[in-house]
Amino acid sequence: MSDPTRRAAGPAVVPPRLDTVPQADSQRVSPVEGETVFDLRDVDVHYGSFRAVKDVGFTVVKNEITALIGPSGCGKSTLLRSLNRMNDLIPGARVGGLVSYHGKNIYDADVDPVEVRRRIGMVFQKPNPFPKSIFDNVAFGPKVHGASRTERESIVEDSLKKAALWEEVKDDLRKSALTLSGGQQQRLCIARTIAMQPDVVLMDEPCSALDPIATARIEELMVDLAKQFTIVIVTHNMQQAARVSDRTAFFSTEVNETSDIRTGVLVEFDDTQRIFSNPSDERTENYVTGRFG
Amino acid sequence: MTTSPDLAAPPDSGGLPNLRPSSPRYGEKIIFGILAGSAVISVATTVAIVLSLIMPSLDFFRDVSIVEFLTGTEWSAGFQDAQYGVLALLSGTIQVVFYSLLVSIPVGLGVAIYLNEYAPDWVRRAVTPVLEILAGVPTVAIGLWALYALTPIVADLLPFLEWGTYSIGVAGLAVGLMSVPIVSSVSQDALRAVPDSLRQGAFALGSTKREVSIKIAVPAAFSGIVASIILAASRAVGETMIVLMAGGGRPQFTFDPTEPVLAMTSFIGQTATGDIAAGTTTYDTIFAVGLLLFTITLILNMLAIRMVRRFREVYE
Ligand SMILES: Nc1ncnc2c1ncn2[C@@H]1O[C@H](COP(=O)(O)OP(=O)(O)O)[C@@H](O)[C@H]1O
Ligand SMILES: [Mg+2]
Repeated sequence: MSDPTRRAAGPAVVPPRLDTVPQADSQRVSPVEGETVFDLRDVDVHYGSFRAVKDVGFTVVKNEITALIGPSGCGKSTLLRSLNRMNDLIPGARVGGLVSYHGKNIYDADVDPVEVRRRIGMVFQKPNPFPKSIFDNVAFGPKVHGASRTERESIVEDSLKKAALWEEVKDDLRKSALTLSGGQQQRLCIARTIAMQPDVVLMDEPCSALDPIATARIEELMVDLAKQFTIVIVTHNMQQAARVSDRTAFFSTEVNETSDIRTGVLVEFDDTQRIFSNPSDERTENYVTGRFG
Repeated sequence: MTTSPDLAAPPDSGGLPNLRPSSPRYGEKIIFGILAGSAVISVATTVAIVLSLIMPSLDFFRDVSIVEFLTGTEWSAGFQDAQYGVLALLSGTIQVVFYSLLVSIPVGLGVAIYLNEYAPDWVRRAVTPVLEILAGVPTVAIGLWALYALTPIVADLLPFLEWGTYSIGVAGLAVGLMSVPIVSSVSQDALRAVPDSLRQGAFALGSTKREVSIKIAVPAAFSGIVASIILAASRAVGETMIVLMAGGGRPQFTFDPTEPVLAMTSFIGQTATGDIAAGTTTYDTIFAVGLLLFTITLILNMLAIRMVRRFREVYE
């Protein structure tokens, strides 16, 4: 791992400046209203010499849920990780193109990935609570960033309430997080992420390890959290994308005929409703109707 | 027709299928014999060692009271009016353990955290065999090195203390350097067992590399790290050659690192290689000290095994 986690001096990520936000210009993309949080242009991600994703461009709007869907291996997780520089932790991974966050390219030389991840949190596919108490899990981020004991107590309560877990755990905050059920653990991981008071929450198939009841709770939670945060979610579950998201990016793989190398591409990006009712690309239609993938 | 109807009949009687072994399979029996024999040998050896320590020790404690042995601070075995206060020897052993851990914990843990959390692959691949070589250096060579090279260095570094030719502090330091690979390799195993998903989770909360290592990886590997330290302590308790060569031979109850002190192992090593008559109290003394040494290391090793088991349970 070669993560330059040293904190850069000065403000690493500039505050939102609406006047400098470039307008989405790809023909595939419908015009976007609302404040743009992410604007991706010609994003390529390589693992060593293997190009996993190419030429991706879409925008993420504030307080919306953006879903990334597509068959397995088309680069959804790869792309999601490039939004908060988690790819930096994978040796050999490189991100090209422009990943503009409130007008600032997060891959610029003066950007500190630690600062990026404080603002852009991530929830993983498999719940990964720390082997610590419930309280310490949620308090971890605030503590690392210098919150006092009393601040932490109120942040923990507030975050657990927002993650719809408070009622279930309020009497045993000192219990190990590992004793919780899978669905509770995932909500704890969400609470841990929002305790950082992030701007954006990235979620990589957050329900794929959960049963349908736990999944329904998390979906409800996402819709609720979008009032405060901006959410980008990867899901293999098309009903889930249709139920919760405002916009959907459909990815697929292109196979190079001579070398048989598969590269992920963005096929279509649009309002979720359009993607599921009236997609403009045949590949999208085949996928969402279940004829492919 | 000469064909007898017998030939068509199955070889065994009663028309049942023949399910007996097609060969006697001696190989299986031999392997089983060898393996069971090995198990018996190792258990028998342990029992024999314990018994051979206990028998003469019982003779010893007929001559010397166990209270005097465990609480006395004077040791003059083999002399007129001999005193058998094992605390004089234990103070040497405790100092060796203390000074060695002072070195092996920070260095060993530093190596483990660096190699597992920070170092690129090629550094890890280059350093690991070096540690294995260090672990394999004969202790007599380390003892020589401690006596002739390390003592002058320590005397230069800490000139305000009076260092003689032999000192328990230098012996402890050398034992500590020798134990670095024990701490680093067991701790590294423990750190490696911490799932990467935990580190990812911490990075995703905006933690730095240092915060991920110290606040997530090390606590998650804690019982394994403690086990590595207990193993190093147990190794230091039992270390003989380095302590005998560099630690000096004066049995005295002291906690001054510059003093020569006879540790329990040095006493056994020194006395057993001299000429002593079987059946004398001096002869029995060696076994009593050996039994105490065995008990201490047994307890430490059992603690270490329990800790290692605990960190395995958490993630499997
Ligand atoms: N750490 C990695 N190192 C090398 N290749 C990877 C790595 N992670 C993913 N890939 C490759 O990148 C492509 C996209 O993977 P991924 O982003 O996980 O797809 P998805 O999430 O859509 O299933 C796949 O071909 C996968 O094998
Ligand atoms: Mg994925």
